[in-house]
This record gives sequence, C-alpha cells and structure tokens, in this order.
Amino acid sequence: MKNRNAILFILFSAGLATLPPFLNAYWVDVLNSIGIYAILGLSLNLIVGHTGLFNLGHAAFFAIGAYTAAILNTTFGIPILWLLPVSALAAGLFAAVVARPIVHLRGDYLCIVTIGVGEIVRIALVNDIFGITGGANGIFDISRPSVFGLIIRTPYEFFYLIWFFLGVTIVLFHFLENSRFGRALNYLREDEVAAEGSGIPTARYKLGVFALGAAWAGMVGLIFASKMTIIAPESFSFWESVLMFTLIILGGAGSIPGVLLGAALIVGIPEVFRDLANARMLVFGAAMVVMMIFRTEGIIPQRPRVYRIEAIPGEERP
Amino acid sequence: MTPLLSLQDLTKTFGGLVAVNRVSFDVAAGSIVGLIGPNGAGKTTVFNLITGNYKPDAGRILFEGKPISGLLTSKIVTLGIARTFQTIRLFQSMSVLENVLAGCHCRMRAGFLSSMLRTPSQRREERDAVAKAVRELSFVGLHEQVNQLSRNLSYGNQRLLEIARALATEPRFLILDEPAGGMNEQETALLVGLIGRIRDRGITVLLIEHDMSLVMKACEEVVVLENGELIAEGTPEQVKEDPKVIEAYLGVAED
Ligand SMILES: Nc1ncnc2c1ncn2[C@@H]1O[C@H](COP(=O)(O)OP(=O)(O)O)[C@@H](O)[C@H]1O
Ligand SMILES: [Mg+2]
Repeated sequence: MKNRNAILFILFSAGLATLPPFLNAYWVDVLNSIGIYAILGLSLNLIVGHTGLFNLGHAAFFAIGAYTAAILNTTFGIPILWLLPVSALAAGLFAAVVARPIVHLRGDYLCIVTIGVGEIVRIALVNDIFGITGGANGIFDISRPSVFGLIIRTPYEFFYLIWFFLGVTIVLFHFLENSRFGRALNYLREDEVAAEGSGIPTARYKLGVFALGAAWAGMVGLIFASKMTIIAPESFSFWESVLMFTLIILGGAGSIPGVLLGAALIVGIPEVFRDLANARMLVFGAAMVVMMIFRTEGIIPQRPRVYRIEAIPGEERP
Repeated sequence: MTPLLSLQDLTKTFGGLVAVNRVSFDVAAGSIVGLIGPNGAGKTTVFNLITGNYKPDAGRILFEGKPISGLLTSKIVTLGIARTFQTIRLFQSMSVLENVLAGCHCRMRAGFLSSMLRTPSQRREERDAVAKAVRELSFVGLHEQVNQLSRNLSYGNQRLLEIARALATEPRFLILDEPAGGMNEQETALLVGLIGRIRDRGITVLLIEHDMSLVMKACEEVVVLENGELIAEGTPEQVKEDPKVIEAYLGVAED
C-alpha cells in the first residue's frame, strides 16, 4: 500500500519531467501556474481542509512572502533563493500575530475576518506602506533564481523549479498528515471540545497551523516574485484567496490528490476553453453548485489513514 | 496525606442560576468515588469545573495539592486528569484507533518538523503510540473494532471508546460522566468490572451517576448533590439511609 503510493508518485513525477520538451512555452507556463496554485492550495489545505478553519485571506500571506523577498532582493541584492527562509518566517510570523486574536472565532466569523486581513494587506501595499512596497506599481527588477550557478529564466526552467518544490511539498505534507500533528488538526476539526479534553492544546495548534500554512504560502510568494520579476498588489487580490479556497473544496478538502486535481481544474480548464472565456465563470459557478449538492467532500475526498498494527493482544493470530 | 483532589467552596453561576453552590469535598488517591444527585443537580458542572471547561466564580480546586483552576483543559489533562462526556463526544468520522491516539497525543513529543521529515524517533514514537492505543482498546474490550469508524459503534461501545481514549492520556484521576447511559444491563455489569480494573491500575475514579444501584455496586464513597449543594457524603450504605437523600430522590420521582 505504502510502496504503491511511492511508486505511483515516482512514476508520475518522471512522466511529468519528460513533458516540457513536447509542449510550447505557453502550455509550460500553464503548468507552472498549476504548480504554483497547487502548492498554495496544499498550504491552505492544512488550515481549511485539515483543521476546518475558514481562511479566505490566504493571498495576504502569499503577498508578504513575495514582498519580503522582492524588497530584500532589490534593496540589498541578496540572492533570491537565499531568502526562502526569510520569506517563510515573515509570512509565518505575520500569520501568527494576526491569527492570535481571531482563531477562537467560529467558522463564518473567522471567514469574514480573514477576508478583512487579506484586504488590509492589499490596501497597505497599494498605499506604499513604510515607503517600501512601491504602491500600486509594485516592485520591479526582482532577480531570477540561480541554482548551482544556473540562472532560471525560461518557463521550461521554471517548470522544474516549481514542480520540484511541489514534489517536496507533497512528500513533506503527506508525512505531516500521517503524524501526531496532522491527526491533531483533524481532531480539532471534528470536535474542538473533545480534542482539548483529550489533551490537545487546540489554541496552540490553530496558531501553529496558520503560521505553517502561511510560511509555505510565503515561500510560494518568493518563487512567484522571481518568476514574474515584477510584483504588484493586484496579484494578491481577494480573488486569489477565493481561487485557492475553491480549488480545495472542489478537489477534496484534506486530500493531497484532491487539491492537486482542484488546482489542475481551476487553472487548467479556463485555458482549455479559452474561447469560452466569458462563459467560464458561469460554468465554474454551476460546477460548484453541482458539487455541493452531489459530492460535498470534493472530487477526491480525504481517505482514512492506515495503520500497521503489529499484534492485537487478546486476539488469536492465525 | 494530601487528597488527590480537593474541592474547596466551589461556586459556579449561570446568569441568575447557582449551578454549584459552595461545594467542598476531597477525593482520596486510589478510591472510587460516586457523585450522585437528581438531574440538574450540578454534577456535570462540577466535572466541567475540575477539567477547566468552566472557570469557577469562587473557590479552589487542588490536584495533588496544587491549584489547577484557570489552567487550560489540555494542560489539566497533561497533569493527569482525564474525563469522558455525558453526551458522547467522539471524533465521529475517524477510526476507533485514531480516537484513542488522540489520548496518546499529550504523552508524545514529535513536532511538525520531525513529523514532516519522518525522523527515526518520530517513527518509533508513532509505532509505540499505536501499540499503546491497541492495548487500551483491548483493555476495554474493543480490540476487534480497531479499524471501524467510531460512529458505527453501538452506543455502549462508544462509551467504552471514550474511556479508552481517556485512559490513553495516562491519567492518575479519571472522571466518568454517566458512563452507563444508554447501556443495557449486561453492558452495565461489565462496566462495573471495568471500573474496578481501572482502579486496580492505580487510577482514582470519580463517577457521576444518577442510577443509585450502579453507584452502590461500584463506589466506596458517595457524594450527593442537590440543587448545586452538597447534601450528604459517606459510604453508599450511609448515604442510602440519609433522609435528605431519600427526599431528594423521591422528590424527583414525584414530578
Ligand atoms: N453552560 C450552561 N449554561 C447555562 N446553564 C447551565 C450550563 N450548564 C449547566 N447549566 C445549568 O446548571 C444546572 C446544573 O446542570 P448539570 O451540571 O448539567 O446537572 P447534572 O449533571 O447534575 O444533571 C442545570 O440547571 C443546568 O441547566
Ligand atoms: Mg449531567
């Protein structure tokens, strides 16, 4: 079972790695967008899918990571990839600070407050807060990432960087899901009172998962900034948060394959049906309604964890 | 010897209603104590005060001589007080095993980093936790339902699962809120035996029950509440003869 998953993962990765030479730059860029949304989706999935905390302001953390990297890179010339831990830390700390007073709020209230947080961050960026964010125009001339002396420029090169990051994220988050930490998030989602009463410090886990999800989104922000070389507040709008949230619900909350599929559908389908661009929101909305009626857990729902039980005392072993 | 748990002048009000009124009693280590009284007497409220679900308006709660009121519920569990709920609160869509693993949580160490990296010590800890959870399940007699979803268990088995989850926290003090609720006669008899075996493990038990006959069989000491006030305290025989207790119970029987 476990080996089968690992083999599938390796085969799938190998297949993907051979794909770009057969595609034109446009479609590789679509794959890059899918990869970015997939990592963002996975990071938000920890908060929304696993813990059941409705966060509709995830773009704020994405933005903080992107701006942190952009500002430090353009002012001090620090190589962009070195800033990965800094972007993660900045976004994670920000999330821990803003989440502290609000995580105890119940679902719908939390949702509204996180929308507010997202908007405040975006508006602060537009207003050139502290005089370092470049206002509505944003920040220019962010450097390209360089890996072992190789500068990553083309969509083809970015494909490998983004999808490598996605692959690492999948493995790490898969391990995390199947651990004490991952279970604690699920207990919290199922019944907060019972979780606390079983010895799980629920408030600390809520803060922790916000910080972790945000830190990951912050690192995606850095990759995004170095891919675009220009960032502006409009890239981090409420709409982005909605997309991340929707792809989780559509694909399957709490499920890694679900989130990956959700990202592929949400980013990929509008590209495939480009001619119908005007109707795409309509189709999109209709699909969501159908989903919510017939398959509320998403296309690929979270699967129960499997445990190896070595010997059950009191039971006859064959 | 200091008592394991000591309640001193505990008071809790909800709006105008005094649910618990200056209640004081001690629980000695190693005993099985019953907390009885008619419905609405304030028994569950006393539990919620001990476990930190409610903050007392006045009074003190000492566990092993140290004050615990004001601490987080999860912290109190870590100190060694575990509980079950009167209205069953399981993690419905998770397996029986995972419900017990929730109890193991507070005795485990692995943080998010070692979990993400699946370090050898994290894996060892997981393996040990699963083994411990299975042991607790076979202790309460649920080892054959390990992989079932908890919501598919019978009512009586759900109560046993809550006990297994509480035991997995390695408590020194276990409080059970009407554990026989929804159980048939045979299950109740097994429960009495189970409570005895829990005490034999060195765990002190405080048991809420409004069914007198179960309390008489299981407990060595009984505390009686009525309208939030402690009206009697003693061995089951003493309490049974107490006119105030008889009146409290007959008074309920009449309406
Ligand atoms: N959270 C609460 N809010 C308001 N009133 C409550 C609350 N919890 C309990 N009560 C009231 O306190 C009294 C005692 O309740 P409880 O402790 O549940 O009684 P018991 O467990 O003995 O049946 C009841 O009158 C009940 O309605
Ligand atoms: Mg009660």
